[in-house]
Amino acid sequence: MCLGIPGRIVDRRDDAGLPVGTVDFGGVRREVCLAYVADEASVGDYVVVHVGFAISKVDEEEAHRTFQVLREMSQLDELDWMADLADAAEGVQP
Amino acid sequence: MKYLSEYRDPALARTLVDRILRTSTKRWTLMEVCGGQTHTIVKQGIHEVLADAVEMIHGPGCPVCVTPLEQIDRALHLAARPDVIFTSFGDMLRVPGSECDLFQVKARGGNVRIVYSPLDAVELARRHPDREVVFFAVGFETTAPANAMAVWRARELGVDNFSVLVSHVTVPPAMVAILEDPGNRVQGFLAAGHVCTVMGWEEYDPLAERYAVPIVVTGFEPLDILEGIWMAVVQLEEGRHEVENQYVRSVRREGNRPAQELVSRVFHVVDRGWRGIGTIPASGLGLRPEFAAFDAERKFDLHHIRAEEPAECRAGDVLRGHIKPFECPAFGGACTPESPLGAPMVSTEGACAAYHNFGRFQAAAAGGA
Amino acid sequence: MATVIPVRPRTIQGVACPVPLPTHDRVQLGHGSGGKMSALLLKERFLPRFGNRYLDALGDGALVPVEGGEVVLSTDTFVVSPLEFPGGNIGHLAVHGTVNDLAMMGAAPRYLSAGFVLEEGLPFEVLDRILDAMAGAAAACGVEVVTGDTKVVDRGKADGLFVNTTGVGFLHDGFRPSPSRARPGDAVLVSGPLARHGMAVMAVREGLEFDADIESDTASLVPLVDALRVAVGDAVHVLRDATRGGLASAINEIAGASRVGVELSGALPVPSAVEAACEMLGLDPLYVANEGVLVAFVAPEAEDAALAALRSHAVGASAMRVGRVVEDHPGMVVLRTGLGGTRVVDMLPGDQLPRIC
Repeated sequence: MCLGIPGRIVDRRDDAGLPVGTVDFGGVRREVCLAYVADEASVGDYVVVHVGFAISKVDEEEAHRTFQVLREMSQLDELDWMADLADAAEGVQP
Repeated sequence: MKYLSEYRDPALARTLVDRILRTSTKRWTLMEVCGGQTHTIVKQGIHEVLADAVEMIHGPGCPVCVTPLEQIDRALHLAARPDVIFTSFGDMLRVPGSECDLFQVKARGGNVRIVYSPLDAVELARRHPDREVVFFAVGFETTAPANAMAVWRARELGVDNFSVLVSHVTVPPAMVAILEDPGNRVQGFLAAGHVCTVMGWEEYDPLAERYAVPIVVTGFEPLDILEGIWMAVVQLEEGRHEVENQYVRSVRREGNRPAQELVSRVFHVVDRGWRGIGTIPASGLGLRPEFAAFDAERKFDLHHIRAEEPAECRAGDVLRGHIKPFECPAFGGACTPESPLGAPMVSTEGACAAYHNFGRFQAAAAGGA
Repeated sequence: MATVIPVRPRTIQGVACPVPLPTHDRVQLGHGSGGKMSALLLKERFLPRFGNRYLDALGDGALVPVEGGEVVLSTDTFVVSPLEFPGGNIGHLAVHGTVNDLAMMGAAPRYLSAGFVLEEGLPFEVLDRILDAMAGAAAACGVEVVTGDTKVVDRGKADGLFVNTTGVGFLHDGFRPSPSRARPGDAVLVSGPLARHGMAVMAVREGLEFDADIESDTASLVPLVDALRVAVGDAVHVLRDATRGGLASAINEIAGASRVGVELSGALPVPSAVEAACEMLGLDPLYVANEGVLVAFVAPEAEDAALAALRSHAVGASAMRVGRVVEDHPGMVVLRTGLGGTRVVDMLPGDQLPRIC
């Protein structure tokens, strides 16, 4: 219950009292209702949009952090693998 | 696409798959309650690569699939009226009612239109003051704020030829129903990331506590799902049962307060039927009496429309995870994507439709049918 | 002597005249009657655009010279709505569609017929744009429209305009691509960016409108087919234009006809704006319509030369291999996901629908 995708707010306006804006999704633009992120999101911010409504502002710091954690995990795994290989070469039991 | 594509990185995904396989000391059973997550899991073959460590049971997370037969029949009745323009999200159009589906009503001359946003339906009503525009307000809590705003705006702008046919359901009561079921095998949950974007995760703490199950709020891209599964497996291995948030880039503990506020001003909690499962008390949203003028069930005479689910369709057992789709006697025979008996075979996120593809490949690979 | 009083056309407010004055800006039922209005429509709008010695003879049929012992015939009917969309209109589709079908059979397209069903009330300026598109496309493809027909139906009985084109083409020697000739080991090649036509039309559909730099890819595939034929000849086992139902449907049809399995690698040429639009609506680009993309199944040893031939043309610049024919799971198309999982890419029962989940 779910199809929400992130996009960047490129402009904001008022439509007879309703805050709306144009959101750019990687080259596709659509009018989106910003009422539920009105206080926290401005032009240039990324928001998650579901059926034409922004339901959250993307926390860019957290997003980068998640990604960093995953990257580090991946690098650590490589180091583990290399360590295992080195151990095996030296006859060390795992 | 930013904040989307990077969460599909195959190398990072394989890292997570390895981690999960190495961390688990036994095979755990997890459930996701979200059609979008089911879609990613089946599309990417996540359940396949994790099969040794995790059994994924696909829960009733597709609001299209769980819309009661009766509500579909009421929608079909409205759509066939010459004075009505019936608007809906796309995926509802092929869900079978007792006799036909919205696509067939359209073919017979019904004015049925797909819209992307409920506000588009309100706009349609403004442009066609001579017709009644009805919007099929289906969905979980994710969609409730949008549907609430549509009703709110219609009232504000005086668009009185607009109404909604409501069939909203909420996730926590469904999880409780599954956990309370004597045959329950689910040991941990992935909670739907966008439902929680709206609602937060406060209401899941008592569930994790009472039923001793880990609940991880999870996103929708492959890396999100894998990280969510990994977090759940770690909790299970360590004997913990807490609510954790994987989808930190979108979900906060309190959720989206303005959205929750408007939803509670327009809707209130009601009992709702779940197709294939039955009525779950306090599991749905209905329009508050002060918005009766926008309630299609009150505007049009629909109470005489009742429906019985076909005995053959075991969608309920599938949705609760009791049986796998291919264990249903009708699977692949009387019930196929071309002629579905129940909703999980219709929707592309439906467990039955998903297994109709995957299952056939496994059978072919094994030298079978 | 009687005085002739000139009659000036005028309207009378509030009175419904049983013999309405002709409006000059749109199609009326009389245009389909076969009488003077029909003749005028033909003379003023169709002949000036399509004129050639076969059509101008205005016989009941066209008498045309034929080469070789076999001809290839193909027919297609076009009913797209809206009639006009970013990148083209139904007229472009009507010519390219049939020309491409003939090319997929290995034939050089030569003649077209065009049958029109016009809806009463269709504005002439719209009809003119569509006819201009057809005339231009036909000229660019080197085909002539040699015979045709026009009918008019009541308002509401057609989405503005329906058109059928039937084409005749002549085969080249030794070039016989066919849907049943795919063999294990064949490379599955795609000529260009996917899903543009379907998303361009979706962008202007009522209720789903969005703003994007997406244009229909409607185009003749003849130059690409010629390039392939010259480069690798009979190593081209199958050609298919991927139209309705997208790439997935085309490949499924061939897998079925040849009784082989196909394994897709997962990499697909999808432009980023198209991908974004698909994400927004929850659509899978594999199933979205194209109008200027071909799929070629070629013998493995000819793969590199075939790709080079496709890429030498602007329309084929992003040609790539998307899969391979295998012996396993005959008739079934599978895709290896980035995770190493397998996903069956089946035919859809009907149209793909935008989803909310």
